[in-house]
Amino acid sequence: MSAIGTDAGKRSFTPFPRLSGAAVAGILIAIILMAFLILPVAQVIYVAFLDARTGTLTLQNFEDFFRSTLFRQSFYNSFYVSAMSVVVATVIALPLAYITTRFNFAGAALIQSLGFIPLIMPPFVGAVAMSLLFGRNGSVNLLLDQYLGFKIPFMEGLNGVILVQSIHYFPFILINLSAALRNIDRSMEESAQNLGASGLRLFRRIVFPLAMPGYLAGAALVFIKVFDDLGTPLLLNVNTMLAPQAYLRITGVGINDPMGYVISFILVAFSVFSLWASLLFMRGKDYATTQKGGGGLAKRDLSTREKVLAYGVILFILALVLSPHLGLTLLAFGTIWSFSPLPDGFTLQHFETVFTQSTQYIYNTILYAGTAALLDVILGTAIAYIVIRTGLPGRRWLDYMATAALAVPGVVLGIGYLRMFHGIQLPFGMGPMASWWGIIIVALMIRRLPYALRACMAALQQISLSLEEAAESLGAKRSSTIRRITVPLMTGGILAGFVTSFATAAVELSATIMLVSRSSEAPLAYGIYLYMQSAAGRGPGAALGILAVIIVGVGTYLSQRIIERDRRRRAAAPGAQQ
Amino acid sequence: MRHLPLTSAIALIAASAASADTVTVVTSFPQDLTDPFKAAFEEAHPEHELEVVNRNTNASVAFLQETRDSNTTDLFWASAPDAFEVLKSEGLLAKVDIASEGIPDEIGSYPINDPDGFYYGFAASGYGIMYNTRYVEANDLPIPAEWDDLMGAEYNGHVAMSAPSRSGTTHLTVETLLQGDGWEDGWAKWKWIAGNMNTVTERSFGVPDAVNSGSAGYGIVIDFFGLSSKASDFPVELVYPSVTAIVPANIAVIENAPNPEAAKTFVEFVLSPEGQQVLLNPAIMRLPVNQAAYENAPEGFPHPFDENFAPGAIEFDVNKSGTRYNLVNSLFDVLITYRLDELREAVAAVQQAEAAHADSGNAEAQALIEEARDLVEALPITEEESLDPAFAEAFQISRADPTTEVVGRQAEIEQEWDSFAVENYRRATELANEAAAM
Repeated sequence: MSAIGTDAGKRSFTPFPRLSGAAVAGILIAIILMAFLILPVAQVIYVAFLDARTGTLTLQNFEDFFRSTLFRQSFYNSFYVSAMSVVVATVIALPLAYITTRFNFAGAALIQSLGFIPLIMPPFVGAVAMSLLFGRNGSVNLLLDQYLGFKIPFMEGLNGVILVQSIHYFPFILINLSAALRNIDRSMEESAQNLGASGLRLFRRIVFPLAMPGYLAGAALVFIKVFDDLGTPLLLNVNTMLAPQAYLRITGVGINDPMGYVISFILVAFSVFSLWASLLFMRGKDYATTQKGGGGLAKRDLSTREKVLAYGVILFILALVLSPHLGLTLLAFGTIWSFSPLPDGFTLQHFETVFTQSTQYIYNTILYAGTAALLDVILGTAIAYIVIRTGLPGRRWLDYMATAALAVPGVVLGIGYLRMFHGIQLPFGMGPMASWWGIIIVALMIRRLPYALRACMAALQQISLSLEEAAESLGAKRSSTIRRITVPLMTGGILAGFVTSFATAAVELSATIMLVSRSSEAPLAYGIYLYMQSAAGRGPGAALGILAVIIVGVGTYLSQRIIERDRRRRAAAPGAQQ
Repeated sequence: MRHLPLTSAIALIAASAASADTVTVVTSFPQDLTDPFKAAFEEAHPEHELEVVNRNTNASVAFLQETRDSNTTDLFWASAPDAFEVLKSEGLLAKVDIASEGIPDEIGSYPINDPDGFYYGFAASGYGIMYNTRYVEANDLPIPAEWDDLMGAEYNGHVAMSAPSRSGTTHLTVETLLQGDGWEDGWAKWKWIAGNMNTVTERSFGVPDAVNSGSAGYGIVIDFFGLSSKASDFPVELVYPSVTAIVPANIAVIENAPNPEAAKTFVEFVLSPEGQQVLLNPAIMRLPVNQAAYENAPEGFPHPFDENFAPGAIEFDVNKSGTRYNLVNSLFDVLITYRLDELREAVAAVQQAEAAHADSGNAEAQALIEEARDLVEALPITEEESLDPAFAEAFQISRADPTTEVVGRQAEIEQEWDSFAVENYRRATELANEAAAM
């Protein structure tokens, strides 16, 4: 940080100040965010500040918001559900992350990948699968009722929302916490052990605090995502929460209720506020450790009893969090499934339908989500570097702007794009920009950037500045330091970000549905939507959902393998054994 | 994978070069409906190609509004008549003359085509109650015949419905009952039915989904959801109550369409006996508007032009419905959708009190129950007010006449209604519990 400060000081003598590479990158990113996020959204959301009838500027709508009992209650409900979801998600994620990173454990990569799958909940079919298993007349309740004579309301009310949200979003914590645990230097743990700490005390005082950036990155994502998510509450028909209220008021035909936009504005503002609060919590603490050579925490062997216990815990958690996908699988292979614990029969026909009609969706999804995720990690790494390692004025705002995307409802972004880009004609007869397939990639990139960004930030926070300073004092240029030292050390975090962005982009629908202009260019989620508009399409829709899960699952597994290989390579490198 | 962007770019260029032959239609209909029509149309008119873009109704309307400056769409094809009304009032639809034979002016008492010639009805849909036979059997429940039946205590927790603000066809059912039974009795009926609901879904397809999977026993649905679910082998049945709304699903040519002549050809094809025949496809199951198509209809297929079909169909007042369209949606949401828990609690309490005093002859308890019933049924506004522009236009911001003095902002009015409903439901629960304890 100090290095660039003095650089800038020297340069201020030249008549035309040459911008540093970081400043150019920062300005470019700011332009991208302005063009594809802030301006399109502002075009839609400014309605919140207008008098609905006269069109003059006013804050009246905000006063109405706070005077309304329904909205105040919705705000409270959203807050309560988000906070509780973080707690429950932590309870699910912590054992998985801890056991797989701290112990020699067969199948750790597989467990990490499986623990990631819940994030990929295909729209609509995921909902149907959940209610077929856990709904009031789902498999579990039908069996309970038949044999024990009672039912458990898993999916009712706010508690249902908390359960489903925790199962859906805990991978954010798992993936970021695991990456952070892997990055903790072994010597820290060894020093603590030399000083007599062990077991839970070692974890509570040394290991967990050192993994804090990763945990907080994940927890902040869960909190904000749950606060802004409308899919799950709507699926459970809970509408006294903020996000569903905004959605219901924005999407009615021919309605122009300004309250929908007021709520959207409040969602964005509150998300940025939560992010700021989580940063405040970390301020003044240094999480960086210098010796990356040690390859992370020592992995311990487990005694047989411990092994049984650990497998028991992991299997139980996996069974719980993967049950929606079990339901999805049954739906995809089942014939008719109605008011019975299992489908009436099984068939491959739905997959046949999908493979004969819908293969283009699969190609499109890999192309769109892959490109978007790649752009996300590039942007994410750049923003993380600028925010943490440089002294550029206003650098924090890059982070805030990018993260605000989390809170922008997909519909709002979609309408904003149509409004801004439909008038722009592309060259070569490619038609309006808003109906070009590339705009779908841009939308996905913007919507999933926060995930990649949080992962990259956490990764960079754990790298000590002294490593980079060492490289620079040995004569390496700044750019080659970034390329040869910083980015390689961030690999785990960057891959975690890529996977999260890719997986969630693969099933995104709310913005893409506004932007798809031909079904030959549509992604998978849109294909599922098409099938799920009719009773006969439920099976093929589920089959397409399964394909989405498999694609993302394989991608995740491969990146886990890369992380593991990278770790082993580093651990085996001669320099590591000091 | 890698060559895909290039090929689609080439395809795009090719498509725009050949656009004279391509008709682009934006629709909310599923592939099950559009694919057979596409196949039949392209066979009958090989010179044209149909390009189908699926979006839900709301997204379609927003898309057409946002893209009007450089319109790329020829046709809009969807169910909800109100979506067409919105587009028409904003000047997004083209007025076209369509030549068709054998299509009457009205179905039930609802005009099939837009009187001004901006959109055309191509299929009729009625509203009915769909139920899951396994669910009904397992819970030993009755089979309803009329809307009133759904008010009974035995249906508590078994009914599903979509909100009128989310689904144009649900709106018509709500409005039909309000016109058929009168403002106050109609609303009372909806509240007692809603008190038996286990869910008010956000998408209209959520209702058949719930009934098909067995998470709800009964669903208030547009008929083809029930008919096509049955045709897909789900254990469901559909009944038409005698008071039902029969409304057309529509098609319209977009103003300033890139290919208006071919668009017109498609509309004429859809309305021709040949096109109407496609509607009888088991996965579609919508009622043709061309009477000739019924000659080949399968046994037991509903015939809306038959005089025995829905004898109680009412004289539907389109103007009345249009005036208070958004107000009725908002009132339903405030009194029912957003306060479903409170309403259900009150209705269940009244039902229990009534069961406890079915023949106890306790006059004091009866009086309390009566009071509780009145509180549940109470309405914050009268029918005159619902039709008064000063009220109605507070909810119609985009199409309101700016010179009308309105009574307040929508958020203000909704807050008033909300406190009214919450307090009444709370008090009703209290009274009913008091009565039950006697």
